[in-house]
Amino acid sequence: MSVFQTDQSLKAATRRRLAFEKYFQWCTRIAIALAAGFLVYFLFTIGGMALPAFRQGQLLVEISYTEDVLEMPNYAVPEEYEFFVSHEFLRQLPLRMQEHPELLGTTAQEWVLAAADVDQLLKGKAHRLDAEQVRLVQELAATGHTRLAPNWDFFTKGDSKIPEAAGIEAAVVGTVYVLVITLLLSFPVGVASAIYLEEFAPDNRLTQLIEVNINNLAAIPSIIYGLLGLAIFINLLGILRSSSLVGGITLALMTLPVIIISTRAAIRAVPETLRHGALALGATPWQVMWNLVLPLAMPGILTGTIIGLAHAIGETAPLLIVGMMAYIPEAPSSVLEASTVLPAQIYTWASDSQRAFGERTAAGILVLLVVLLSMNALAIYLRNRFEKRW
Amino acid sequence: MLDSSTLLQSALLGLVPLLLIAYVLGVRRARPVASGRYFHCAPGYYGWYAVVWVGMPALGVYGLAKVLGGFRLYDVPAWATAAGMAVVAVLGLLYAISRITPEFRAIHAVEKTIMRVLLVCSCISVLTTIGIVLSIVFETIQFFKFVSVWEFLTGTTWDPDTAFLQGAGREDAGVSEAKFGSLPLFAGTFMITAIAMLVAMPVGLLAAIFMSEYASSFARKVSKPTLEILAGIPTVVYGYFAAVTVGPLVVQAAESLGFSAVYNNALAPGLVMGVMIIPFVSSLSDDVINAVPQSLREGSMAVGATQSETILRVVLPAAMPGIVSAFLLAVSRAVGETMIVVMAAGLHPNLTANPLESMTTVTVRIVDALIGDQEFNSPLTLSAFALGFVLLIITLVMNIISLYVVRRFKQHYE
Repeated sequence: MSVFQTDQSLKAATRRRLAFEKYFQWCTRIAIALAAGFLVYFLFTIGGMALPAFRQGQLLVEISYTEDVLEMPNYAVPEEYEFFVSHEFLRQLPLRMQEHPELLGTTAQEWVLAAADVDQLLKGKAHRLDAEQVRLVQELAATGHTRLAPNWDFFTKGDSKIPEAAGIEAAVVGTVYVLVITLLLSFPVGVASAIYLEEFAPDNRLTQLIEVNINNLAAIPSIIYGLLGLAIFINLLGILRSSSLVGGITLALMTLPVIIISTRAAIRAVPETLRHGALALGATPWQVMWNLVLPLAMPGILTGTIIGLAHAIGETAPLLIVGMMAYIPEAPSSVLEASTVLPAQIYTWASDSQRAFGERTAAGILVLLVVLLSMNALAIYLRNRFEKRW
Repeated sequence: MLDSSTLLQSALLGLVPLLLIAYVLGVRRARPVASGRYFHCAPGYYGWYAVVWVGMPALGVYGLAKVLGGFRLYDVPAWATAAGMAVVAVLGLLYAISRITPEFRAIHAVEKTIMRVLLVCSCISVLTTIGIVLSIVFETIQFFKFVSVWEFLTGTTWDPDTAFLQGAGREDAGVSEAKFGSLPLFAGTFMITAIAMLVAMPVGLLAAIFMSEYASSFARKVSKPTLEILAGIPTVVYGYFAAVTVGPLVVQAAESLGFSAVYNNALAPGLVMGVMIIPFVSSLSDDVINAVPQSLREGSMAVGATQSETILRVVLPAAMPGIVSAFLLAVSRAVGETMIVVMAAGLHPNLTANPLESMTTVTVRIVDALIGDQEFNSPLTLSAFALGFVLLIITLVMNIISLYVVRRFKQHYE
């Protein structure tokens, strides 16, 4: 049988094979498209949920500062609007009158914070007002007595049980504390370990043990670090539960392997010839390391550190275990005080049954994502700008 | 009268000027003019030598007192600690100054100290592991005093709600006994992990193939950061998304197909967890696919194979150990993932094979057991450590196998 006789079937087979080639290529493209599509859908959904939270409903009502208001703050507003005004505003009224005694006996038209349900109605979302209340609010809206103002309180106030008054300030301060502690502990220790393991460690049992260890630590689920923090730092060493100190130490231990691994990679990337040159000039091994290798490896080290820290910022599970999901209305003023962090705040808001917390949750997520994305962008910039190819 | 913590803080702060003085004294003593002879090393090293001899002993005394106090072995009074620090610092300074002669090679002494500090730093990771293992094992043993190992591993009911009575020593309070059968929890973990892997493995692997074999340089430039962003999203955010968006979507989809689903079904967290793991799988597979030597591809192309045939029959089999290792690492990550399941999966243990029902997982129950105001020694709190222990063993075994497999693979091609 000659080749020419099988020509037809060969052609068919080739066509099949080429068709499969196309099909397979499309499969790989679809895989990437799925991942990208999820990301776009995800960002749009979260963004759509979050944006309304940056504007807050306000009402223009007549406040009468009478004697009774000191005892019963809701007498300050017209009775039919009593439930439209935020409880948070009414609660602050007596304090305000004590600070400004001259207000007593006056009345004033003021823009005041609206209650969560009015706010949700103004934004066209689900609310719990009845038909009569809806009519009243719509009347107010028609006469220009309502507005959606930029919600700066979201960034300058701490957590609250009242959705319209809750903000992320306390959580952000807590996050900063935790992050600073994590950085101060994990960066020097991580870089030092990496230098030792990569350049100076003798190849003995201890070194091998440490290496296997670091690889395993990097794979341990973060919640296990929470158990460590609870058992050792809180129960054994007696550090205060919920404090940013204990959270920071826990996260530092978790970030350590990441920093060690990336620092080792950065040090390894510095060519051996440079070291030999410096050694030949009479530098000691440490001088070579400190004055030559480390500066050259620094961009890589910083990139790894930023990525590790970005990871630590978003970490929630171990912090829940060490108690950092407490209700914190005021920003903590020291690392030993009970505090919460942004992801834990998101978690507590997400588990709250009040609907109005939904948009706050999404807004908190948006803030977190913006911070994380800019950190990652910074890491990528550092990598591209300063990393040398040898 | 100072209280003890302020006293210790000022002792630590007081160390700083002392260190400066030590440095200056060391440097001055090593000036060539002082003796008319040149010293072996640059003066700075003699300064550092003095600093080491002042700082190290003082910090050692401080650390020793802290460790003794921290582990409640012996409470060293603060004044004794501060006095001890001052004494050893001054003695150290005198010793260092007496050692400084032109022949003395301070640089070697200083570098030796640096090496010791580096070694201590790298031992911290070992200490972390020891701390994790000890703390978890210790609490787990406590737990098994209440509950038998056999019941824990094979029991099918997880109902710890009355455990606090046991902790308070009131077992006979006339309520049903707390049950700690972990099987339903592991079933839930297994189900959600399996769903996640069904999403992450094919998509992650195909994405890696696309990026390493097919993508133009532009497509690679776009798709790589996309995956990196996915990898950078915090798990609490994925969890919220799974609970608020994907869960209801799954319910709608199931209802339109004629099934009934609950809002905290196991499918939603599984799917979202799968998406979370895609970048992890794809970057690990990308590495191993790139590690397959180009000569294998060229050989395959030379005998007339198409690109897809080359990938499926040459590159992937060659990279298989690496892909298996990526799979194991991904599984261990899915098993240990907490926030997605805490927010989107159920709280009630449910031994079922239907992903549209609500299931709970090991990590959910760990969090649930520990975030309340529990007595630390109640069986409920301790059960979290027992679950954590099993979790730790699962992830460690997977990780060690995958490290072994990938090392063999790399040796094969290097």
